[in-house]
Amino acid sequence: MRNPELTFAVVDHIVATSPGRNDSTNPAGRPFIEAWRKNCADFGITNFDLDDSRQGIVHVIAPELGIDLPGCTLVCGDSHTSSNGAVGALAWGIGASEVEHVLATQTVVQHKPKRMRILFTGRLTPGVSAKDIILHAIGKLGTAAGRGHVVEYGGPAIAALAMDGRLTVCNMSIEMGARAGLIAPDDVTFDYLAHTEFAPKGPTWDAAVKQWRTLSSDDGAVFEREEEIDCSALKPQITWGTSPQDVIAVDESIPNPAREADAARKTAMERALSYIGLAPGAPLIGTKIDYAFIGSCTNGRLADLEAAARIARGRKVAPGVRALVVPGSMQIRRAAEHAGLDRIFIDAGFEWHSAGCSMCVAANGEIVAPGKRCISTSNRNFENRQGPGSRTHLASPESVVAAAVTGAIADVRTLLG
Amino acid sequence: MEKFNILTGTAAPMMDDNINTDAIIPTAWIVNVGSDWGRGLFGNWRRGRDGKDLPDFVLNRPKYRDCRILVAGRNFACGSSREEAVWALLGFGIRCVIAPSFGDIFFDSAFKNGLLPVVLPVDRVKQIAASVDAGEQSEMTVDLVRCSLTAPDGTAIAFTVDETRRAPLLQGRDDIDRTLALVSQIEAFQSADKTRRPWIYRS
Repeated sequence: MRNPELTFAVVDHIVATSPGRNDSTNPAGRPFIEAWRKNCADFGITNFDLDDSRQGIVHVIAPELGIDLPGCTLVCGDSHTSSNGAVGALAWGIGASEVEHVLATQTVVQHKPKRMRILFTGRLTPGVSAKDIILHAIGKLGTAAGRGHVVEYGGPAIAALAMDGRLTVCNMSIEMGARAGLIAPDDVTFDYLAHTEFAPKGPTWDAAVKQWRTLSSDDGAVFEREEEIDCSALKPQITWGTSPQDVIAVDESIPNPAREADAARKTAMERALSYIGLAPGAPLIGTKIDYAFIGSCTNGRLADLEAAARIARGRKVAPGVRALVVPGSMQIRRAAEHAGLDRIFIDAGFEWHSAGCSMCVAANGEIVAPGKRCISTSNRNFENRQGPGSRTHLASPESVVAAAVTGAIADVRTLLG
Repeated sequence: MEKFNILTGTAAPMMDDNINTDAIIPTAWIVNVGSDWGRGLFGNWRRGRDGKDLPDFVLNRPKYRDCRILVAGRNFACGSSREEAVWALLGFGIRCVIAPSFGDIFFDSAFKNGLLPVVLPVDRVKQIAASVDAGEQSEMTVDLVRCSLTAPDGTAIAFTVDETRRAPLLQGRDDIDRTLALVSQIEAFQSADKTRRPWIYRS
């Protein structure tokens, strides 16, 4: 191993998030955790273990701890590593072979990606958040639009986002096919990173910020592809099918494959509707749900929990709905508890968990039962993603709470006080 | 890594677009079942919840059971970075996937494991799929030495592969050894970068 001091490890996919968890709470995870722990010890890798106060989902803790910095190159064996581009890093997901290559050489051989820029204009209206921005973009541009590209997100709607929202946008770059997405660092970025554990301190910090201020695209920079999306009339977005591109505004009706000209797309839509158990032309609003999941590297950050709690406050989870809140990190969990968010969720009937990937990837025993319907703040609505036979609707934290408390897919804007 | 020169074998069509790596190797298989990756390939599509093979699934049809080459739709193997998707295809015996486009992470991982992804225009891929589908036999040849393939109907089709990816695959050469031969350059870069950007490094 070339640079163990530049390598970090954490358990997230495989760990249980239920209260009082340990290595064996998810029995299938135990051999993975034990091997991971031994490897970290053998090679001198800094690891955030199950009982570490810094444990959490890798893409949540990397920026939160200041491991992820503007201008750094950051890779991880997980496709949502794209999240980390939100601080202005070049960050992308790699396979196990490339991970091995990085561990051995501290380098990774890449072909130069193409450049794409998406400018988001306008101001978001109440009930609409970063998740809706990126879901809408994926729906509009498609799940393969960013293939071979690194995507820069910019424009006033991005500049207005706090760091948590920017991380949400970059997180789903891979759902648009782009291996990496990034946002030019600014004062929002520097304020977020200041005083984090691994960020530079003192004069080195000052020198770093000076250099980081130069990390933005030049005026007149050339991109192979440019898009512009107006967010001023953007409504809460939700998926109806089994690809992240199967997106509509929550008050729209489900598209009809019969009206689709492209034969392959028509077949895919029919298959998706059959799997998800919905009819073309029907409204999504009013569709009964069985699970509501708030968490993941997409939407498990403090701002997500705060937004969700604002809707949940004083309301109750509908009978028959299992609703979970799984903070993205233990640090976020503590901050949320400090702010009293845990009480709001628990009083409303949500489960309050420890940090991990949980129901986003269903690798830790926390799954959606076969045939059941889940509204989820996660990033993939693929067939069987949240468990065999699970049906997933991707939406923002606010929209998930709206569905949890009404028992059916709802327009969160009708619940805003 | 096993080298790839010329492959002759049964091809099977899976022309849906956006087949993701969660479908190629389900999470539950990775977590619970262990390392017989080939058996996990398309686990949720190949077998019902009772564990029995679904006869209609393409790779369960007698004609395609010995599949070595997959002919696939656009954006094949998008989504999760799980390299188990490559290992599952290889474990089943598939050493080449022909598609109009691939998920970026899978595309890179494939070359590092001796699995050849061939990119061709969508009309060409459809033509090959039709030829695979048509006859009793669906045997075809993929020749990485000449960068040419022969569809079951005898049509020869040229393809291109970036030379930096092709050469190691032809020789079955390990990437890490190649990079470690450049270790003095890596050291020189790190040393200069440490002065320029000390905050990237932990002292």
